Amino acid sequence: MQGAGSCALHLLFDGANMYKYIIKRLLMLIPVLLGVAFVIFAIMNVAEGDPVYQVAGPDATEEQLEALREEMGLNGSLIQRYFRYIGNLLKGDLGTSYISKMDVMKLYFQRLPNTLKLASLAMLVAVLISVPLGIIAAVNQNSWKDTLAMILALIGLSMPNFWLGLLLMLLFALKLGWFPSGGSEGFISVVLPAVTVGVGLAALLTRTTRSSMLDVLRQDYLRTARAKGVTERKVIYYHALRNALIPIITIFGVQFSNVLGGSVLAETVFAWPGVGRLVVDAIDQRDIPTVTGALIMTTMLVTVVNLIVDIVYAYVDPRIKAQYTK
Amino acid sequence: MKQEKLETRASRLYKKRSTMEMAWRQLRRNKGAIIGLVLLVIIIGAALIAPLLFDYSTDVIGMNVRQRMKWPSLEHICGTDELGRDIFTRIVYGARYSLAVGVVAVAIALVVGIALGAAAGYIGGLFENVVMRICDIFSSIPSVLMAIAVVSALGKSTLNLMLAVGIASTAPFVRVARAAVLVVRGEEYVEAARAIGQPDWKIILVHILPNCISQIIVQATLRVGSAIISAAQLSFLGLGVPAPAPEWGSMLASGRLYIRDYSYMTLFPGIAIMITVLSLNLLGDGLRDALDPKLKR
Repeated sequence: MQGAGSCALHLLFDGANMYKYIIKRLLMLIPVLLGVAFVIFAIMNVAEGDPVYQVAGPDATEEQLEALREEMGLNGSLIQRYFRYIGNLLKGDLGTSYISKMDVMKLYFQRLPNTLKLASLAMLVAVLISVPLGIIAAVNQNSWKDTLAMILALIGLSMPNFWLGLLLMLLFALKLGWFPSGGSEGFISVVLPAVTVGVGLAALLTRTTRSSMLDVLRQDYLRTARAKGVTERKVIYYHALRNALIPIITIFGVQFSNVLGGSVLAETVFAWPGVGRLVVDAIDQRDIPTVTGALIMTTMLVTVVNLIVDIVYAYVDPRIKAQYTK
Repeated sequence: MKQEKLETRASRLYKKRSTMEMAWRQLRRNKGAIIGLVLLVIIIGAALIAPLLFDYSTDVIGMNVRQRMKWPSLEHICGTDELGRDIFTRIVYGARYSLAVGVVAVAIALVVGIALGAAAGYIGGLFENVVMRICDIFSSIPSVLMAIAVVSALGKSTLNLMLAVGIASTAPFVRVARAAVLVVRGEEYVEAARAIGQPDWKIILVHILPNCISQIIVQATLRVGSAIISAAQLSFLGLGVPAPAPEWGSMLASGRLYIRDYSYMTLFPGIAIMITVLSLNLLGDGLRDALDPKLKR
């Protein structure tokens, strides 16, 4: 992070280059997304058993099965089916659920707001815990505060997240009765799942915040600030933290994928009707179009969020942009 | 001639030992790492001798209706489950599953990841590009979802669980190996090896990979921990080791059904996972500090 202090927050915004960077990144996104869709599509297609039998029932004749196969888009080779799937996907069609006979895209967008609510609240919880904890640890490096924060972070990292969810449920829902143990009755229901996912993320972010702060605290410009007579508090929270936040933002983007992954478990523990539950239920019922569609859409969401984070990052730190506009 | 060969081999051995010795000396000073190492040795030991202590069909999966749902006591220090099985016995036996899944999954990821990553870094060009884009693809799929998809496609079994977790954790190893190769690819001793006509695979194996062995050891130690958590997650969702095997995640899944009245059933398997992963994390962090002084603070 050498020199980060002098230029990172300069917000040097060179319009043309920035557009070039964004377009380049968007173009790079296309093969990745096609690849993601192919991997998921291929995995879901090796699933044993011909889903036609599942839908048609035991008495169907061979002709009926054939017709159904065509209707469900199951005829042709894997590659043919993949391109048909992508074609439909571009038209916003992810197929129909085998079980509920509903449009998968519609099913997904019904559940997505719940997952996004959970994920964003979890990230908020994570920041509220980890940034102060990481700063305290870094500022008091090698003191008992530092040790305690690092032990807490290590325990958080070592705990299976869904188990933490079960413990929280036990304490705050079943013993104390402060929160519901499951379901989706308004804001109060999302608190425990969000804390569950948030604490897991906080463990990692605390470590990142600490090391990022330690890096920045060594920089010369902080000594300059102190020499000018800026108070220690202001040095840390204004001068140091703003630069230390840059790597934290990046980790945040990378972790969005893990937050969505973690919410699959939290949604199952707390019966929160999000995308994760949709996938898990669909797998139980061998509802392949729903699983495939939900996985592809979720991965696209992750990729797009990562792109946005990268763009914000490039905006904040001109060195990143320079790599792409050479 | 023979004498000379022996000597070079001896000196190579000696040198290797001394780096390892230095790392060990570093590691010994790290309290956390030693705690992790001791815990890990105990857990592995318990997993190894479990079949000698308990009989699988009677003690581990045998039902005993008269003893069901007993709270922890001197007789059953972790209580008994809904079928009257002693939870402590099942946890000790379950260490076999968690450790096996964690180690095998990481071994799969390690072998595939390093082969691909090293080849990508060494060969470069189009091949490298393709491998790294595939890596991007795999890392943009959330690993839990990836593992869920693989297990649901291949079917529920212990082997498929290992495969699923392994596939989901391959990408980081590809990156580590490629980065390590890129650093030394242009070094003179690599060029020298090429000049005397050594085959590429030998150059990678003998001259390049030893340079990143410490990073790989650290990555692997930490990854075993996260693989154990992933495996427990899948088992918790009913996609892992099939019942009645005493896998910690599936023990938590059945404990969850009785969480209101028999909370101890949810408590102990979770503690087992946490301590195991904690010991791996402590050791992994310690190894990183010992093997990679640059990262040490």
